[in-house]
Parts: sequence; C-alpha cells; structure tokens
Amino acid sequence: MQSFWIRFRKDRLALAGIAVIAALTAVSILAPWLAPYDPNEQFFDGLTLEGAPLPPGSRFWFGTDTNGRDQFSRLLFGARTSIVIGVLANFIAVTIGTALGVTAGYLRGWVGAGLMRFTDLMMAFPPLLLAIALTAILKPGLAIVILVIALVNWVQVARVVYTETVSLSEREYIEAARAIGAGPLRILSRHLVPHLVPTVIVYATLGIATTVLLESMLSFLGRGVQPPTPAWGMMIFESQSYFLNAPWLVFIPGAAILFLALAFNLVGDGLRDALDPTQRGR
Amino acid sequence: MLAYFIRRILASLGILLGVSIVTFCLTYIIPADPVAMIAGRTSTPEVREQIRRQLGLDQPVHQQYVNYLSRLVQGDMGKSYARKSDVAPLIASRLPPSLLLMLAAIMAELLIGLPAGIYAATRRGRFADKLAMTLSFLTVSTPQFVLGLTLLYIFAYLAGWFPLGGYGSAYHIILPALTLGLAGGGWYSRMTRSSMIEVLRQDYIRTARAKGMPEWRIVLVHGFRNAVLPIVAMIGLDIGIFMSGVVVVENVFGWPGVGQLMWQAIQSLDIPVIMGVTTVAAVFIVLGNLTADLLAPLIDPRIRLR
Amino acid sequence: MQRFLIAAAAALALAAAAPFAAAQTPKQGGAAVVTFNNDLTTLDPHVGYDWQNWSVIKSIFDGLMDYKPGTTELDPDLAESYTVSEDGLTYTFKLRPGLKFHNGRAVTAADVKYSLERAINPATQSPGGGYFGMIKGYDEVAGGKAQELSGITAQDDSTVVINLTRPDATFLHLMAINFSYVVPKEEVEKAGADWGKQPVGTGAFKFVEWIPGQRIVLERNQDYFRQGVPYLDRLTFEFGQDPTVAVLRLKKGEVDIVGDGIPPAQFTEVMADPANKDLIAVGEQLHTGYVTMNVTQAPFDNVKVRQAVNMALNKERIVRLINNRGGPATQALPPAMPAYNSDNKGYAYDPEAAKKLLAEAGAGEISTELYAMNVDPNPRIAQAIQQDLAAIGIKAEIRSLAQAEVIAAGGAGKAPMIWSGGMAWIADFPDPANFYYGILGCAGAVEGGWNWSKYCNKELDGRAEKADAMVKAEQSTARIDEWKAIFDQVLNDAPWAPVFNEKRFTYHSARLGGDPALFTDPIHIPVNYDYIFAKDAQ
Repeated sequence: MQSFWIRFRKDRLALAGIAVIAALTAVSILAPWLAPYDPNEQFFDGLTLEGAPLPPGSRFWFGTDTNGRDQFSRLLFGARTSIVIGVLANFIAVTIGTALGVTAGYLRGWVGAGLMRFTDLMMAFPPLLLAIALTAILKPGLAIVILVIALVNWVQVARVVYTETVSLSEREYIEAARAIGAGPLRILSRHLVPHLVPTVIVYATLGIATTVLLESMLSFLGRGVQPPTPAWGMMIFESQSYFLNAPWLVFIPGAAILFLALAFNLVGDGLRDALDPTQRGR
Repeated sequence: MLAYFIRRILASLGILLGVSIVTFCLTYIIPADPVAMIAGRTSTPEVREQIRRQLGLDQPVHQQYVNYLSRLVQGDMGKSYARKSDVAPLIASRLPPSLLLMLAAIMAELLIGLPAGIYAATRRGRFADKLAMTLSFLTVSTPQFVLGLTLLYIFAYLAGWFPLGGYGSAYHIILPALTLGLAGGGWYSRMTRSSMIEVLRQDYIRTARAKGMPEWRIVLVHGFRNAVLPIVAMIGLDIGIFMSGVVVVENVFGWPGVGQLMWQAIQSLDIPVIMGVTTVAAVFIVLGNLTADLLAPLIDPRIRLR
Repeated sequence: MQRFLIAAAAALALAAAAPFAAAQTPKQGGAAVVTFNNDLTTLDPHVGYDWQNWSVIKSIFDGLMDYKPGTTELDPDLAESYTVSEDGLTYTFKLRPGLKFHNGRAVTAADVKYSLERAINPATQSPGGGYFGMIKGYDEVAGGKAQELSGITAQDDSTVVINLTRPDATFLHLMAINFSYVVPKEEVEKAGADWGKQPVGTGAFKFVEWIPGQRIVLERNQDYFRQGVPYLDRLTFEFGQDPTVAVLRLKKGEVDIVGDGIPPAQFTEVMADPANKDLIAVGEQLHTGYVTMNVTQAPFDNVKVRQAVNMALNKERIVRLINNRGGPATQALPPAMPAYNSDNKGYAYDPEAAKKLLAEAGAGEISTELYAMNVDPNPRIAQAIQQDLAAIGIKAEIRSLAQAEVIAAGGAGKAPMIWSGGMAWIADFPDPANFYYGILGCAGAVEGGWNWSKYCNKELDGRAEKADAMVKAEQSTARIDEWKAIFDQVLNDAPWAPVFNEKRFTYHSARLGGDPALFTDPIHIPVNYDYIFAKDAQ
C-alpha cells in the first residue's frame, strides 16, 4: 500500500486531475457565493429583441441561454447535479457491473450463467421506458436519475468484465495459484481484479460524459431534474440545435463536462499505473 | 458445444418471456390513458367505451397479459394507438435500415477504434498515444447530435460530397455510420489500448520478442489475438444497442430506423409500438450476446464453453 | 384539435381580397417536397387529427363544403349548391355533376350518407364523431344501436337531405371539416385496417405511395372537378427530417417547404437573410396558447386567484421567447375569429394588483404544479410562466412531460395548471363555437375530456346552445354578439390565462409560387397544397 502511494504521488498528471476534481467540487459547493447572478433569473434584456440568446460579453461572461438566463451562473450551479450524476451514479453502475461480471466469470457454471442471463434481461429494457415507469411510483428528480443510471449502465460493464474474467481465469498463473491452494477470494482480489482495473477505468471515466448526457435525456422526458434547475447535460440538450448559430450554448457546458471527465481519466490512469501488478515491487 | 448451444437457446427464450412480462408491467403502470389519446377531444363516452373494449382494457391485468402473449407468439404485436395500423409490419419496415446502419456503424467503429487503440498501445505514453486518447475522449463526450450535425454541415452542406441525410444509397450511409463510428470508436480504441497494454507485458510476448520475432507480428498476431475478447463482447453489445435504435443520429440524418419509431412512440406513449420495439430489440440483444459467447472459444482456445 | 405547432395564423384581412382574382392562372406542372420530423399517423379523414396530416387529408379528400383558398370564407365544394329550410332543420345538398373518386367510380349521395355514418360509428374510433350530435339519429349510431343515420336520406344520386334535431349555426362548417369527408365504401372495406395507409378520395391529389418513416407521394388528380387545379403535378412528403437539417436542405434546393416551421435556433438567421425576403409567408392562425387552471381544486377554485394569475403573466416577454411569432392574447378567441371582442383588452400585466388580489383571496402560501409538453419551446415558456408566478408568490413546480402524458393528466383533472403549448387549440373550423364546447363547456369537463380547467358553467352552456340555434341570416350579428358576451363571461371567470396567439411563418423555396395566404392557410394548415404552383413550370 505504501509503495502505491509513493508511486501515485509521483504521477504529476494524476495529481493535476485530483486538483481539478477538488476545484470543481469546491465550485459546486461555493456556487451561491461565486455566481454573479441567480442562475434561474430570466432577464428581460437577456434575449435580443428577436428572442435570440446573447453571446458572451462583459455583462454575461458566458452569454445567456434561450430563456435569457446567465450561462455562467448556471454553469456554476449545474456542477452540483452533473458531478453527482456523472460521478456518483456512474460509479455505482460500474461497481455493480464489475462485481457481477467478476463473480459470473470466475464461478461460471449455473451461477455464472444465471447472472449473465439476468444481465441480458436487464439489457433489453429501454432505459427511458424504465424511467417513465419508475416515476409512476416515485417523484421525478435526482434520485430517479441515479437509480435509473445505476440500474441501466452496469449491464455493459458486467458483460465486458465477464468476458475478460473468463479469459483471465483460464490463464496459467490462475491455475498455478489454484494449485498452490489459494482461496477464491485471494485469487479474485490478488490475481483477477488487478488485471481488470484498466477495463473498469475505461468505463468509469468515459462513462462520465455519456452518463451526464443520459441524464439530460431523462430530464427531457420529465423524469430527471426538473426545470429550471441547471445541469450541464440539460444545458447542452436544450440548446444543441443552436450550436451552428449560438455555439457558446453548447461548447461551454460541453467543455465543462469534458474537463470533469478528463480529470477523472487522469486520476484513473494514475491509479492504474500505481496498482499495476507487473510493476509492483519494482 | 451442442448441449451448450441448446441450453443457451432455451435460456434466450426464457429471457424473452421475462422481457415480455416486465415490459408489460412497466407499460401497465405508466400514467397514460390510451383511450383518451385515441378518442380525441370531441369523442363521446360511447366511443371511449367502445375503444376500451376493443383494446381489451376492461379485462383483468393477467388476462390482458395472456392475450398479449398469445398474440405475440403468432407474430401479432397489436395495433398502434396513434396510427391505428398493425405494429409488426411497422417495425418490419424499419428493420432493414436499422440493420444496415448497425453493420456500417460497427464496421466504422472497428476501423477507427482498433487501429487507433493498437497503435496507441505500442506508443504508450508518447505523443501519438496521448493524441489518440484525447481524440477518443472528445468523440465519446460530444453529443451525437452535435457530432452528426457538424459532419453534415461540413461534408454535405458546405462541401456537397454527401447527400443531406436520407436513405437509399451507399452515399447516404457514410455520414451517419461515421458519426456512430467516431463515438463508438472512442470506446473501442480505449478498450483495445488497455487490453493490449495488459497483454503486451505478458511473459509469452517477452519470450516472442526474445526469440527475435518481428514487432508487428508480435503485436498483431500474439498481442491482438489475446486482447480481442472484450472487443468481441462489445460488438455483441453494440448489436443490441443499435437495433434498439439510435434515435439522435437517425433524426439528424433522416434515417428511417427503429429509433425514430421508438422515440415517437415514447413521446405519444404508443404502448403497443413501445412493447413491439422492446421485444424485437431484446431478440437482437440476446442474439448479439450469444454470438459473442460462441465466438470466444474460437478466438481463445483456452476458453471452454460450459 | 391536437395539432401542435411552433407558429400558427388566420388571414381574415386577406380574406376580403381573393388571392387569385387579379393574378393570372398559373400553369400546371412541377413538383414540391415538404418535410416533417414525425411520420404521419394516418390518412383516414375520419381518424386523422394532428396538424401534419390535417391538410394532406384535405388535399386527398373533399367534403360537401370547403373554404375559399387562403381564407375562412365558406364555399360549396362537392356540393354544387345547398338550401336550408325555414326552421333550419333540413339541409338539402345538390352534388356537382360528374364527381369521381380516384378509383374512377362516380360519387353519389349514398357515399355522403355512408361517410357520415362511418365517422359517427364508434367502431371507427373517430376523434371527431362527436361533432355531429345535431344530426337526427346520431344517438342511435353513436350508441352502437344502429348502423344508419335516420336523419340522412339520399333523395337521388345527386341529392342529399340531412335532417337535424336542433338548428345549428355551425352545421355548414361541420360539412367542411375532415371528419365529414366523403370516402368510397368499397375501398374502405377492401383495405380494412390498412385503409388509413392507402386512401382513395375525390381530392385534388391522388395517393401514390407511402413508405413508412420515409415518404408519402401524391400526384395530380387528372379528373379533379375544379378545372386547372391543382397546379403541382407531384407532391412528396418526407419524414424523419430534423427541421434544422430541413432548413439546410431547403437552402440547397432539395426541399421546398419546411413543414415544421423555422426552428427557433435558425429563426434570426433565416429572417435576416435578404435572399429569404420573398420566401417567408407570414399569416395569422386561429390559435390561442393558454394556461388552464383546474377550477375544481384549491387554490384555483377561487376566481380571484385565477384572475391574479392572468395579471401576473408578462405576455410581452413570452412572445419574445417565441421570436415574436405571435401576439399577446387578451381573450380565449384569437383575433381572426368571429366574435373576437376587440373592445375587451383582457387582464393587463400588473403583478402588484395580482398580489393584492391574492391577498384578498386569502389563499396564503400557494404551491402548485404546471404541466407542459416537453418539446421546445414549451418548456421554456413554462419556465417564463413559472418565474412570473413566483413574482406574485405562487410557487409552481414544472412537470415537463411527453404530450400524451400531459393530455392524460389534463383529462383526468390531475393537473392543477397546464401550459397548452403544443396541444393548444387551433380551430377546426372558423367559428367561436369551436372554441367553446370541447375545451370550455361542460361537455368537455368530464373524465378524459379536453376541458382541462374542468370549468363547467351551466348557464353559459345554455346561452351557447341558444346562440347556435340562431341560424337565420338576419340573426348572424345577434349570434356573434351573444358569443362575444359568452367569451367575455369566460374571461371574467378566468378558467384560462390566455397567453398569446401564434402567427405562422412558412419558409418555402424560390421554386414555389402562390399567395402568402396559401402558405399560411388558416384552414388548410399549414399549407394549401392545391393552389401553390411551381415557378419552373411557368
């Protein structure tokens, strides 16, 4: 563990990633003090006379959205929802997927087959339908979004992790570990999971952006965060048809999402290198 | 092998049955009144009652499900609420375009993702690696509407090399496939890269190197072959995803696939269509995963099907 | 009518000057391509009831009556002439000689009878069958007890006599709406469930093919009874087309009309381009966008609260949100509708007065829900309304949902407030009665009905029925005055907060010609395809 920290601390990019994540978290918490305007205030002069949004300028730094609201303030407040959804919901999904995939791939047999067929079953449901049905019982909002994303996004991770685990468990060193009497838990934690880390990190980091966009889809169908609460994905989704005419509406929140995802990616790469089983002890 | 195959087919039927039950329950609790939607603003109570009976909504739930299932096995998916026509031919007419787009998009994903991922893995940590990984990040994170409209605007509107959307010729499919290929290719390149890196430091690769085998052979034959399994699993997944519809890309490019049908159905809560598309997509998802599992031992002989 | 659109309009001002009186008759020929985002649902005239298929159906089928192109003036269509009895209970229509369906068969009086019976028969599931309640024998057919309407007789092959149970001033309008269009029985029966996909009518265009999700093709009906009409040889509707891309295609010359209207994102750019000066037709529509308030529940059971909401809305700002494609509404009826009361200025924007009214009402802290359809610009408008309500102390949570869900919530009376955009009423026919019964009268205030306010004023219902019984020509002013009074009372009771009346902006290619009124036809919404022409054929 100690060597892990030593190696991780040497990775400057990973540390930069941590710094960005910390900064974004701080922004989301401090948004009420940092934002120049109320993110939900629709300014009468926030639109042109023809009703078009205003480009970035001295009054509205990042321009206004299609309701005449300050894009900068919305971006700051939107960080809250987007971090929770992109990071937390996606993290839950990846964790579930990895756990199920490894278990099924290692045990195989009836349990493995059962788990994978359950995965197939879950894959067959359109997430939007699931979300619509869930709100028949629950109130729309952040909780629904996290629930739906956690219920939906794990299946692909499970599938890919399963395949890799199956392939890994046939390798000689696993056989060797079994032969010298290592228990399943030890084999899983020592010999399988570390090799799966790269795959899991791909899903955990690339998934951030796609998850934030899935949230916007759910919100559009009235299942997610309801207007006027700002969220990055929704800011893009609402105005994506504007991007030829008012590119700032799409590019600014888009850059924010990319920034968040990239930061996690750097941390993820650092983690992977630090955990790398072949580099251990070197 | 045969026993495995038969077991999987039986399991697949079970999955489809499960899908039909859960879909039915989900649509049952959705708060929409199909009768009011069909009947419209000036309808009379008589018309509404007639419709309720025609739809079988006056029967108990379990009976409605049994009716639904017995019609389904005969290939009858019911009538669309909005269109008043049969669902099965409606979906059937959308399948060829969806199938074509799926094949083209998976091809594009592989053509973009695999070379980028393999190359990045061999150049790990260098400029080419960083460039490829940053680009993959960009394409995955860009909303498909923005990506698609950008391609359409530049290559079809400004340059005039491609038609501005539509369906009909090989030219029509290139831009939508490229849009999906860029987005999906980002995933493939990252996955390929991380699997390749994992494989390339295995002992047998070192052995091969020590034996003086040419690097390209090491990478492609020994390396890639062992890294390809997760990719095959992802292709299996993509078959399901693309066949359940890629609504945004279909919309931007005017592609008459399943996705547009599903989206319109969700917007109008046209439940028979939603259930039909879900069922058909489930078939493809099951098929895609089955294919991936059957291919695995062919690629990696150490894996035994059991 | 659930035709939802971004921009909509009526050209009563243009009605006076018949569009073609002066211009020379255009030559026939050429073709046009129209794009829509959503595939059409059906072309069955008795079933189709959304704004995309409304005018396509009008081009394939005809009724006994129609309107002069681009106007709201009634004009006999399949009927050559008609007479009304002194008591207003018997209408006798004389069909034009030589009328033919697209399959070549002659149209007879029996077809008119069959078509109306089909529309009313509950098995047809027509959303408009309820319109024909004044025809004798309606109750028996609608109740499924009879197949034939006792009130309609085919006196001979070309004479139809329709008997009513009560005089009704809207009856001739009803003979002009899609639900009364004449269909050939043999084709309906032959096609069965596919009838809506292979229509056979008498109209200006003949159906050629429908590839679901892709296109519908119509071609000129050589045997159309109006000489020299339509002008276009071929009409193609393409589906699944995003309006943003459709605008690009129009600029490239691939598309002639963007059926969904100009997307808000491109509106400023398209309007500012001098090349588009003659390509954008602007017209008024018989449309009102409104907020309904459920009068059966607190807090909106208190008329003062409802009036306060009316005063709270900054309509100027909301109109700006839709790129000024409309004007602030003062009352339920749109300005182009007869009985619109130009003396009634409605509720002025006055948040202070609204707050005072709320205080008088003693409603205290109000929190409620505002339902809206999720297609742009409706969520934006809902948010503007939300902000205006917050300013007078009403906290409204937005429920932005799929159209079908909003309709379901409204019908069930579960929605305290609904922004009607996307589902708003556009008149099926240009008469004030069409804005009353289904959406403001007791008839619509039932479970599953379209009167989402559940406002039911028995006294007004009685007055409305009496007004509609004034069928004599000399009574028409009195009737319109009575309708004015009825809608003034509705405004006082404030079950709605009228927000704006949309204008329609139709963007078409330079290839197409025709009076702008045709491209924003208040009846053939959005475009009267029969009378537009191709310039390259001239």
